[in-house]
Amino acid sequence: MSKLFNSMIGWIDERFPLTSNWRAHLSEYYAPKNFNFWYYFGSLALLVLINQLITGIFLTMNYKPDASLAFASVEYIMRDVNYGWLIRYMHSTGASMFFVVVYLHMFRGMMYGSYRKPRELLWLIGMAIFFVLMSLAFTGYILPWGQMSYWGAQVIVSMFGAIPVIGDTLSQWLLGDFTLSDAALNRFFAYHVVTLPILLVVLVLVHILALHETGSNNPDGIEIKANKNPQTGIPVDGIPFHPYYSVKDIVGIVVFLLVFGGIIFFAPEMGGYFLEYNNFIPANTLQTPDHIAPVWYFTPYYSMLRAVTVNFLWIDAKLWGVILMAASVVIFCFLPWLDRSPVKSIRYKGPYFKTALTLFVISFFVLGWLGTKSPTPLYTLLAQIFTVIYFAFFILMPWYSKIDKTKPEPKRVTK
Amino acid sequence: MPDSFSINERMSGRRKFLVAATSVAGGIAGAAIATPFLLSMMPSERAKAAGAPVEVDISKLEPGMLLMVEWRGKVVWILDRTPEMLETLVKIEADLADPTSEKKQQPDYAKNRTRSIKPEILVIEGVCTHLGCSPVFRKEVAPADLGPDWLGGFFCPCHGSKFDLAGRVYKNVPAPSNMVVPPHTYLSDNRLLIGAESEGSA
Repeated sequence: MSKLFNSMIGWIDERFPLTSNWRAHLSEYYAPKNFNFWYYFGSLALLVLINQLITGIFLTMNYKPDASLAFASVEYIMRDVNYGWLIRYMHSTGASMFFVVVYLHMFRGMMYGSYRKPRELLWLIGMAIFFVLMSLAFTGYILPWGQMSYWGAQVIVSMFGAIPVIGDTLSQWLLGDFTLSDAALNRFFAYHVVTLPILLVVLVLVHILALHETGSNNPDGIEIKANKNPQTGIPVDGIPFHPYYSVKDIVGIVVFLLVFGGIIFFAPEMGGYFLEYNNFIPANTLQTPDHIAPVWYFTPYYSMLRAVTVNFLWIDAKLWGVILMAASVVIFCFLPWLDRSPVKSIRYKGPYFKTALTLFVISFFVLGWLGTKSPTPLYTLLAQIFTVIYFAFFILMPWYSKIDKTKPEPKRVTK
Repeated sequence: MPDSFSINERMSGRRKFLVAATSVAGGIAGAAIATPFLLSMMPSERAKAAGAPVEVDISKLEPGMLLMVEWRGKVVWILDRTPEMLETLVKIEADLADPTSEKKQQPDYAKNRTRSIKPEILVIEGVCTHLGCSPVFRKEVAPADLGPDWLGGFFCPCHGSKFDLAGRVYKNVPAPSNMVVPPHTYLSDNRLLIGAESEGSA
């Protein structure tokens, strides 16, 4: 039997690089042996991606991308399609969990300096994935054509209208109409189920290829490739991804699925944070709901969008808000070049960086919370203060990371 | 690496020219075939044709009442303002960003303090000039959430922009300009046409 198997593999290997790829990416891909809790979220993101692809395919079998039919087709999936409720809740909960694991994955990178040389490109590919993910979340949220779908899309598309000179033409081009209508729903469906998923899958593969070129970072932020066994050429602090980390990741997957299942079965709307109450009302083009807020994962940026209330220089407040919102996401791309610390990991960084990162996380949460609230003068002031802190984390980084009191990095990885 | 390097070394002027010319021709062909696809995303002929004006009977509109009609997929408000409401338009002017409607957000016949043809009847697109939400009509004076200085107006729930009862924007809010007054005209005392300035012009 094993002889037959080996000869089959041999037959394939002469025609396709199967064994060599298996070795390069799994059984002989050497990852640092000191991975901790924070290293679950890459593989979990992959799991959620597969969940979204499969549940998404099954949802398209019953969904209708037509402004007059969309809302009812979603309710049809929820009520009449066998297990439609389960498939839809897996997809809608998956969307929120995608952001949970990706935010934790990004925070891991920020803590351990995973964006630093030689992984700058890996970080940028990851940011591209994040942008595609945001676009997917946005286009997906429009599809049920409820009140939040409609007014959320209205706000986002109007942001393009704020761009000087070309704004109006650009938003007509995006909408395929002079207002948000069936034409836009139909094309956002095309982006959501064809364009963006293909792009996402390709980018994820490129992300993994880039990771396997540089090798994984680790909680100590030192390069394991700098210390190889002279006989074997294998990093002395490395262990093969398979079976060591593949098995570890399965444990993470089991725990994750417990949480995921718990949400799907007991709190799929998550108190209005995963699925907003107003989106259970069909889109009404004549009336904005009294309280509108984006889904939780967009609220920090949304707070910054509406934090700007004064005109500055020759640019009005509206365009400043849009610029600031875009900048708040794009600025992550510059991290590899903003960080001037001699060490990578937070374990060896000094008090300035630790304080800055803590303040950044606090401002991210406060802005996120403010984004779910109606704007009042006090909340707007708070949003303005925390927007400044949010940006200061990035803009002042070249200085505070350089003068910070760091500890020496170890030669070998530690526990 | 050595292969491509040696090819580059041997690239004659003629070969270089041919490679450049082929790349340019290919680039032009690529741009040409992209054009119909990109243009297919502009509003279709059917979408362009759907902008017909609407006629509204306002005989049942009572003072202080707001009527909503749909025109080109947008909401248009018709508000019959009471004399007290019209008085607030004078009092509020110090708080407004563009009290005299200098920015062209209205036809010339609505460039006045009430931003209307008839002083009491306001005809305005119910769309916030910030990011396109539809503001809420808040006619009560000094409600708890809007503060003691509120004299009635429109409040946008999305990002907190404020407008007075003529759709003029307050200072220091996200919205950059006054709300848009659509082209409109009165066919008779109670028949209002929205979207055209005379019966035949659309």
